[in-house]
Amino acid sequence: MSTLRIEDLHVEVEGREVIKGISFEMNSGEIHALMGPNGSGKTSLSLALMGHPKYKITKGKILLNDEDITNLETDEKVKHGLFLAFQNPVEIGGVKLSTLLIAEYNRVYGSNTPIMEAFSNVKGLTKELGVSESLLNRGIFEGFSGGEKKRIEILQMAILKPKFAILDEPDSGVDVDGLKIISDMIKKLRGDLNTGFLVITHYRRILDYINADKVHVLYRGKIVASGSMELAKLIDEKGYDAVIKN
Amino acid sequence: MTDERLSVDINEIINASIEAKYDRISQLEFHRRVVESGLSRSTIETISKAKKEPEWMLRLRLKALELFEKLPTPNWLPEVLNTLNISNLELYVKPDIERTDNWDEIPKEVKEYYDKLGIPESEKKFLGGLVAVFESEPIYNNVKQELQKKGVIMMSPEEAVQKYPDLFKAYFMKIFPASDHKFAALHAALWSGGVFVYVPKGVKITNPVEGFFVIGTEMEGQFEHTLVVADEDSYIHFIEGCSAPQFKNFSFHDGMVELYAKKNAHIKFTTIQNWSKDVINFNNKRAWADENSTVEWVEGSLGSKYSFVYPSTILRGRNASSTSLVVTLASSEGDWKDSGSKMIHAAPNTKSRVINKNIGFNGGINVYRGLVKVNKGASNSRAFVKCDSLMLDEKTKAYTFPHNQVFEDSSEVAHEAHTFRMSEDQLFYLMNRGIGEKEATSMLVLGFIDEIMKELPFEYATMLNKVIRLELEKLGAVA
Repeated sequence: MSTLRIEDLHVEVEGREVIKGISFEMNSGEIHALMGPNGSGKTSLSLALMGHPKYKITKGKILLNDEDITNLETDEKVKHGLFLAFQNPVEIGGVKLSTLLIAEYNRVYGSNTPIMEAFSNVKGLTKELGVSESLLNRGIFEGFSGGEKKRIEILQMAILKPKFAILDEPDSGVDVDGLKIISDMIKKLRGDLNTGFLVITHYRRILDYINADKVHVLYRGKIVASGSMELAKLIDEKGYDAVIKN
Repeated sequence: MTDERLSVDINEIINASIEAKYDRISQLEFHRRVVESGLSRSTIETISKAKKEPEWMLRLRLKALELFEKLPTPNWLPEVLNTLNISNLELYVKPDIERTDNWDEIPKEVKEYYDKLGIPESEKKFLGGLVAVFESEPIYNNVKQELQKKGVIMMSPEEAVQKYPDLFKAYFMKIFPASDHKFAALHAALWSGGVFVYVPKGVKITNPVEGFFVIGTEMEGQFEHTLVVADEDSYIHFIEGCSAPQFKNFSFHDGMVELYAKKNAHIKFTTIQNWSKDVINFNNKRAWADENSTVEWVEGSLGSKYSFVYPSTILRGRNASSTSLVVTLASSEGDWKDSGSKMIHAAPNTKSRVINKNIGFNGGINVYRGLVKVNKGASNSRAFVKCDSLMLDEKTKAYTFPHNQVFEDSSEVAHEAHTFRMSEDQLFYLMNRGIGEKEATSMLVLGFIDEIMKELPFEYATMLNKVIRLELEKLGAVA
């Protein structure tokens, strides 16, 4: 059982404060949803948690099992068990997707893994996530559709087996089938590895599928409401105004 | 089996030369200076006399000197070559060593240096022949017996002038005349050392042949000449390695490579240039491709401070083809890597392909100047050029000046150029997948040159991969 704790986190981007004191705590196996209108700071929070150089943590702490990981390098945070699925991952032409996936695979399973074994397992995952194997031979996200990008992000989560995964809008731009496949993978990781999730979304649908334990609403850099799935229902029916005004 | 050994050996050479490059070793003081410095008729006469050259060669040198004085510095070169005072360089440094074919006869200090570069080891293991040039003179020359039996000639040009005067004279600076430009003239006036290879008709040399050039003194000018003649239906792969330790002052390298591929011949010429940052490297490379022949240039312009390399092929016989794969690396403030292949289509059905990849970081500058020329009458010729630049930071620059001259309607000339800048977001993304900053950077860089890697035999791809990783090791925090 692991715990991810965020204490009074403040984040600045180019001198402007975008996160203004956020605290919350989640345990292994829990699914927390983070909702909020556009520009409320959801993506900023996710990037700051992972240590993007433009998102400066000016105050507060990130604790993983009571260890302060606030200022660790990004790759170190990943090695500690954090994972971020990007809302809109950047294209990296030239580096083949398979190169990246095999590097990840080797990191998790040891570089002694026979390359053929690694390949066949990665290929198995493409099947499970319903993406074409041919994507593996292309540059990372080069010419991928929105849905393909989301699925490949989830595929990497499955390889990296994180303790806690932050998923930034894994459902936006994804069709119904995709949504189901992605949700199934989230449930599978929760079941098999007891992974904890922070799912950023605008839609109740994915939260219904994966059955979120808690819902937080972020507004102007602060959590203005926390509750159960009822909160997501309320937003779905009446919009953010209903929550923010209260 | 052979392939496997090959890769290990090449890696040994490269690793050793990489290490040497960063070593600030003290100058080796065992050479005797025949000519102190100064560029004059008498300097050249002294060099020619020391080499016991025939009259025609002395005349060629003196004429070239006149040309050098007359010709302007090419206007496209950066300021540094204008300000370079040739007379201040030690133009001819003769090591106090007699040429030998027995490695044990070479003085200990020099041998240690070559040992460090891994040269004798790899020679024993896989190279068909080796000529090692230290300072201005070849000090070691050995050609495998089986090659000698087949009639392969491989020796220093000095020796070739004496032993095969007609053969040598028929090709020497025929394709790259001294009048071409100022530095070609300088080379002709001062050339010393290098390699002469003649591959007889139908002989295919399966093991690569290597020339290794070392600058051992600061303020030295090195003007070695490599001349490869591949007669009809022959094959040769020549690997050229260059290394120099770090000194306080600049050394100037103005070498020349001439390749002659006769009918159906195939020449592959690979250069791994890894001079230290104190070297100004001006290179003159030109090939002549007869009917149905193939010339392949592979160039890794990795070291030196200023480098000017333009591998060129004149496709003068029907169906001749040529490729040129060039990777340049400008890895520190003020590094200037000028490159660009030239393909001249002078006969029908000729094919050329150029892939040029420039990598820059820490404020380095890459420049591409390429030329594709299709002469009238070179019908149905095809040319493809691709030049890409990758910049790893904001202070790094890349310039591209491609040039196409097409005088034949039935030909096809295609050109692609792309510029990439590694972004903070790409690096952040890879780090988010558990990949450390340096590893992520090398992934991006190696991904960028993947297209050239794919074209290389496995052992060279591994080697290039390693050199670039090591260079990137020297890179500070990228972001």
